[in-house]
Formats: sequence, C-alpha cells, structure tokens
Amino acid sequence: MAALSLLPAVYLVVRAAEASGEAWALLLRGRTLALLGGTLGLALAVTGCATAISLPLAWLTTRTSLPGRRVWTVLLCLPLALPTFVSGYVLLAAFGTGGALEAPLARWGVPVPPVYGFPGALLALTLSTYPYLFLALRAGLLAQDPALLESAWSLGLTPAQAFWRVTLPLLRPAFTSGALLVGLYVLSDFGAVALVQYDAFSRIIYMQYEGAYDRAYAALLGLVLVVVTVAVLAWEERARGRASYHRSARGASRATPLVQLGRWSVPALIGCGAVVTLGVGLPVGILLYWAVRGLSSGETSLLGPGLNSVLASGLAAVLAVVAALPLAVLGVRYPGRLSVLLERSAYVGYALPPIVLALSLVFFGIQVATFLYGTLAMLLLGYLVRFLPQAVGAVRGALLQLSPHLAEAAATLGHSPPSVLTRVTAPLMAPGLLAGGALVFLTAMKELPATLLLAPIGFETLATRVWSATAEGQFAQAAPPALVLLAISALGVGLLLSQEGRASPGS
Amino acid sequence: MPPPTRRLTLLLATLLTSTAFAAETLTVYSGRNERLVGPLYKAFTEKTGIEVKVRYGETPQLAATLEEEGAKTPADVFVAQDAGALGALAKAGRLQPLPKDLLSKVDARFRSTEGMWVGLSGRARVVAYNTAKVKPEALPTSILGFTEPSWKGRIGWAPTNGSFQAFVTALRLLKGDAAAKQWLEGIKANAPRTYKNNAAIIEALGRGEIDVGFVNHYYLYAAKKDKGEALPVANHFVAAGDPGALVNVAGAGVLKGTKKAAAAQKLISFLLDAQAQKHFATETFEYPLVPGVEAAATLPPLSKVGSPDLDLSKLEDLRGTLKLLQETGVL
Repeated sequence: MAALSLLPAVYLVVRAAEASGEAWALLLRGRTLALLGGTLGLALAVTGCATAISLPLAWLTTRTSLPGRRVWTVLLCLPLALPTFVSGYVLLAAFGTGGALEAPLARWGVPVPPVYGFPGALLALTLSTYPYLFLALRAGLLAQDPALLESAWSLGLTPAQAFWRVTLPLLRPAFTSGALLVGLYVLSDFGAVALVQYDAFSRIIYMQYEGAYDRAYAALLGLVLVVVTVAVLAWEERARGRASYHRSARGASRATPLVQLGRWSVPALIGCGAVVTLGVGLPVGILLYWAVRGLSSGETSLLGPGLNSVLASGLAAVLAVVAALPLAVLGVRYPGRLSVLLERSAYVGYALPPIVLALSLVFFGIQVATFLYGTLAMLLLGYLVRFLPQAVGAVRGALLQLSPHLAEAAATLGHSPPSVLTRVTAPLMAPGLLAGGALVFLTAMKELPATLLLAPIGFETLATRVWSATAEGQFAQAAPPALVLLAISALGVGLLLSQEGRASPGS
Repeated sequence: MPPPTRRLTLLLATLLTSTAFAAETLTVYSGRNERLVGPLYKAFTEKTGIEVKVRYGETPQLAATLEEEGAKTPADVFVAQDAGALGALAKAGRLQPLPKDLLSKVDARFRSTEGMWVGLSGRARVVAYNTAKVKPEALPTSILGFTEPSWKGRIGWAPTNGSFQAFVTALRLLKGDAAAKQWLEGIKANAPRTYKNNAAIIEALGRGEIDVGFVNHYYLYAAKKDKGEALPVANHFVAAGDPGALVNVAGAGVLKGTKKAAAAQKLISFLLDAQAQKHFATETFEYPLVPGVEAAATLPPLSKVGSPDLDLSKLEDLRGTLKLLQETGVL
C-alpha cells in the first residue's frame, strides 16, 4: 500500500532524471521560486481562514444544542463536492465584473467580495477546502472522552477555560490532519487559481505539459512539491508532539453533554447560514440560473454517468478506509521509524497536481501492470493513491483518542490482532472511519484529470460530463450534471453521517 | 470423443467464429470535445460498421499520456485540437506516415511536411471585442497595434493556451525574435488580464470585464449558442498576411504500432469527406480544409482571412516560444 503511494514520487524521479541542465537553470530562476513562495503563502492563508470557519462550526454541530445539527453538517460539507473549476466559474459569474450579483449588491450598498488575484484565490480556495478541516475537527470532537472535560471542571476550571486548556489541545491531531489536507490541496490546485487569474506554482507544471510537452521539466517541478510535502509532514510530526490523547484511568466513556445555546442559537444559526449560502447556496443558484437561462439542446440521460460516479466513488471510499486502517494502526500503536514512514508516505503524492498523479499511474500501468491498464481497477487504484491521505488522517485522529487499554484487554481475553481490530478498535473508531469515508466519497465524485486518463474508455462520470460542457463554454449544459453531482454527494454524505449517531462511543 | 470434451470443442468453436464476425474496433484519443466530434464518430460507425471507442480529454494531457504509453499504447488514432501536439508526437516518433492520397486532400499548408499528420479544420486567430464598449473602426488592423497605450487595462489573453502560444511562435517565425519580444513586452505594459482559456475570455467579454481578447474565431459562436444571440461580442479579423491572421489547424494522426492502420486511415479519410467537413462548418463554425466545402455564411472566406505564408509544422517548436514567454515574464 505504501509502495503504491510512493509511485508518483518514483515516476517523478525517473522523468526528472531526463531533465536537461537548462531545465535546472529554469527551476532555480527567481520567478519560479517567487511563485513557489507565493503559493506556500496562499496555502498558509487558506489554512488559517479555513480553521477560523471550521472550528466554531465543528463545535456548534457536535457540542451544542444547535437546531438541525445533522442537516447543517451535511450542508456544510457540500462545497467539497463541487469541482474547483466549477466553483471558480461560479464566483466569477456572481461577483466578477458584470456578474449576476454586481447590480443587486451595489443597490444594497454591500461591497462586492474580491474575486481576482490573491484575495480571489483565498476566497475560492477557503470556501472549497474548509470542509476538510470541518470534518476532521468534528470527528475529533465526537471521539473525545467527556471524562477528561469533566475532570477539568471538577478541578475548578470554567467551561471556557476547560475548552481552551483541554478540548483544544486534544484536537491537535484532528486539526493537523485536516490542516495538512487543506494546505497540500492548495499547492496542487489549478482549477480555481487559473480562473481567478492568480499566478500559482501549479500553473508552471501545467504549462510544461500544455506548451513544451516537456515531461522531464514538469517532473522536476513536481519533485519540488514532493520535497515541500515532506518538509510539511516533518513539521507536522514535530507539532503534534508525543502527547497521549486518551484517558489513562479506568471508566466507561459516554457522550459529552451538550452546551445549551439558548438565545445564542440565533446568531449561531445566522453564522451557519452565511457559510452555507456562500459555499452551497451560491453555486446552486448560479447553476440553476445557467440551466434556466441557457438555450440548452436536449441533454442525454445522466443516469449512466450518475451510476458510474456513485460506483467508482463508493468503491474508492470503502477501499481507502480499509487501506487506511492498518496504516493508521501501525503508525499509532506501534510507533517506530518504519511504521511512521509508511503512514506518512500516503501523503507524498497529495500536493501534486492530479495530472502528474495520473501520468505516474499510466507509467505504472503500461510498464508493470498491463493487465490492469484501462480497467476500472486502474481508476480505483488512482483514486486510492490520491485520496488515501484523507482517510488516513481521519482514521488516525480517531485512533489517537482511543485508549489502547481496550485493545489490550481484548487481546488478553484471547483475540488475535485482526480480531481485535475488527471487533473492538474499528467500531469504537466509527466516527473517524465514517468521516474518512465521507471525505473520500465527496472528493472522488468530483475528480477529473485522473478519471479522464485512467478510467475505462467510455466510462463517463458526472464530473467528466460537466467538464465536457465547460470546456466548450456550454455552461447551460454543464449545470444539470453539476446539480446532480451536488445532490448525490449530499445524499451520500448524509447517509454516511447518519450512521454517526448510532456509532459514537457514547452509545 | 467423450461428451464433455465435445461440448467444450463446440463452445470453443462458437467463440472463435463469433470473434471473427465481431465488429472491428478503433480506439481514438480525442482532444476534440465530444459535443463537437462525437456525432461524426457515430456517423463513421454507421457507414463502415467499425466501432469507435473514444477517450476524450484535453489535447496536451492526452499527448503526454500517449508519450508515456509509448509503443504499448492501446490507441490507434489521435485527434488533436492543435498541430503542436501532433508535431510533438511526430518528433517523439509515435506517429506513422499517412498515405499520399489522404494527405493530398488538403492544401500543403495544412498538413505535416513529413506526412505524419493531416489538418481536419481551420481555426483562425481573431480579436474578439465587446460591441457595447468598442467600435469596430477603433480596432487596429494589425495585431501589433494593440501595444498602443490606449489599450491599457482593456485586453484579455490566455498565455497558457496552446493556440496563443502557436500564434507567438508564428510571430517569431515571421517577424523575428526581437519583434516578438517587443510585442509581448508592449502588451504586458498594457496590463492585460490573464485567463485560463479561450472560453473564459469570451465569457469575460460578455460581462464587460475586458474590451478585447485574443482568441480563436469559433468560440464566439459556441458562446452565442449558450448565452443567446444578444451576447455583445463580435470577432475582428486583422489584415491578411498579418501574423495575427494565423490559421491553425486541428488534425489527426495514426499511432505507430497500431494493428489497425487501414481502419485508422479510413476514419481520417471520413473526417476529410464532404459530410464531416460540412459538419465542422455548420456545427462548430470552423473552416473546412477540403476544397469544395463552403465555410459558414457569417464567416469571411478562408482565402480572404489571408493566413500568413508559414509552414505549420514549424509551429511544433514551442520550446523557443516558452523560453521567450518566460523571459518576458508573461509566464
């Protein structure tokens, strides 16, 4: 499994070795490094803003009496379902010059949000990626043992102090796993930054494929991203520290009592509403506007692509969670150089633009696994390599909250390690597993570049259908599949998260 | 023979014979959009009975995939959005020469000089403009005219787009590197807005975000189909012989190592037939390249567009262009 995750890195090294001296000179050019710096800055800024949004939302939907928590949770995750090249167009269509909302906002004297350059990229990417942190923090909060909070209260801390000194530090693994996903994703993204006209590092990589057909130089640039990823992972490990996140004393765990919001419910609801409007309401509105206004000719049935999308994404979600489990267990329960390395290797390819990932799998398929090439299995492999970090992060966060004593008790009662895993550990980690599965399902539904190149010929998904229309400027025809994509994603996430209630450690 | 073996032999025989009668299939990697060319592939199957399996994608990504797949590629035909991709593949030795009768269907300007690929339809560079904000008389007759300071903040371009880069290559070949550098710096001084592709430029023109944009001629018609005839955008063709009047081609080539070369050539021949050429003219508003087929009535005829005298295969040299774009800080 770890070997597969390292595939992109291997491919990059092979291709980069073919790079000429000129390529190296270009790489070290001031402008290249400046672009890298700018993109890293963007990644940090987006992570910061996403945290500012997700932390309160995660707390509101898990620890308070906010009405309609389930529904809000699903709605707040939905921006993840939208491909960035669509959300970019949506922002421009709404707030860009001559956009749909320019006149109404001017009438009410509301300033138009900036949608170009760095601020535009910040807005677009924050809205697209905050659900990563949201889901991770939620899983972290749900899995926390209330006894730790209660001990804090009994020792004289106020609820606010307890939150800062107990709850937040306990969220560190969840936070870092979510932050990693957000930050690394920003590095890899091309769709959003291209549309808001921001010069990002990913653009130079795409340029090499589009202009020079120079895979060697592109590979060299990709390796830079891999190096950055490794550095970020090293920092994350240091930041996480060696703290233990579970209880050490005996006792059973229960659900944390909810904070009653009372009159604070209204501002809380308004806050949630605002985020959902920007993240979901706006895209849906613009898509409907395109669909209605457009002179679309008869669109062929969406049933085929819809079923394909669900099949591929569903399988990817299951595979990713199943693959993440042993990796996370190894990394957490049996820490050591090798196991940690294996677990971290899952992230190596994550910051790479998807085209690089797709080509590395083409390379693998053609040279090594020819019988797999062109089959659905190849596509699932691609999804697995791309989305494993998401599953690993969520699973690891949940595992860290679990006391090893339960597993040890089961072992002393005669269970073999796999049996312990399936009958004790996994059910207790359910919130983390479900969050991981939901995450992979959402992002697999909208995946495009790898799907275009690796899927069996003729295997259309909703995402490829949307792309096919937007590539020719046919936004009216892009709207129906995009809306169906959102609807199915909402259903899928809703279903997965509905299992959360039944599976939390308190029950 | 004991019964089970007899049954097995019968089964095997049926399988083998059924394979012999099964339809032949061609695998096409198509950088041309399904909406545009899908109907043509279907018409080909109806006419010849040869099944066509198509992998749609972006031309450069498909080209990179073909290079990555190398000799083991499952593809038989590559239909590309621009000649640069075909040139790159030809240079990498991934294409096989096409028969002379196929090549001679189009003018020598619109095919590879080594016979590795053939153009299917023409795509003219134009300056699209917002009709509400710009009068056609105010538009320069040469692409070089847009470096005038009066155009500051009004231009949109897509420097990462293949067609734009092909145009810059043509500019370099026709006027020299120094003049091309001067033009790029001149436009850059006019603070142009950068877009991802031609469709995004037209969309922005429609909203009045920019006044003029450097695009290919047919995107206007797709946008009008999507947003309605009232879209305030029109095409401006620069003077004949100007580098800005470049007509690039979308084309096709047959992959080396394919076992279905005959069927592949049949497909390309079909795409050069009157029926397919007329489809390009009426559905996508591109220029048909085969003599005898008229372009759409709203377009100036190809002869009047006056594409500068240039060997299109030379547009394959994008490396020099990219270097220039990076030197001038455009990319």
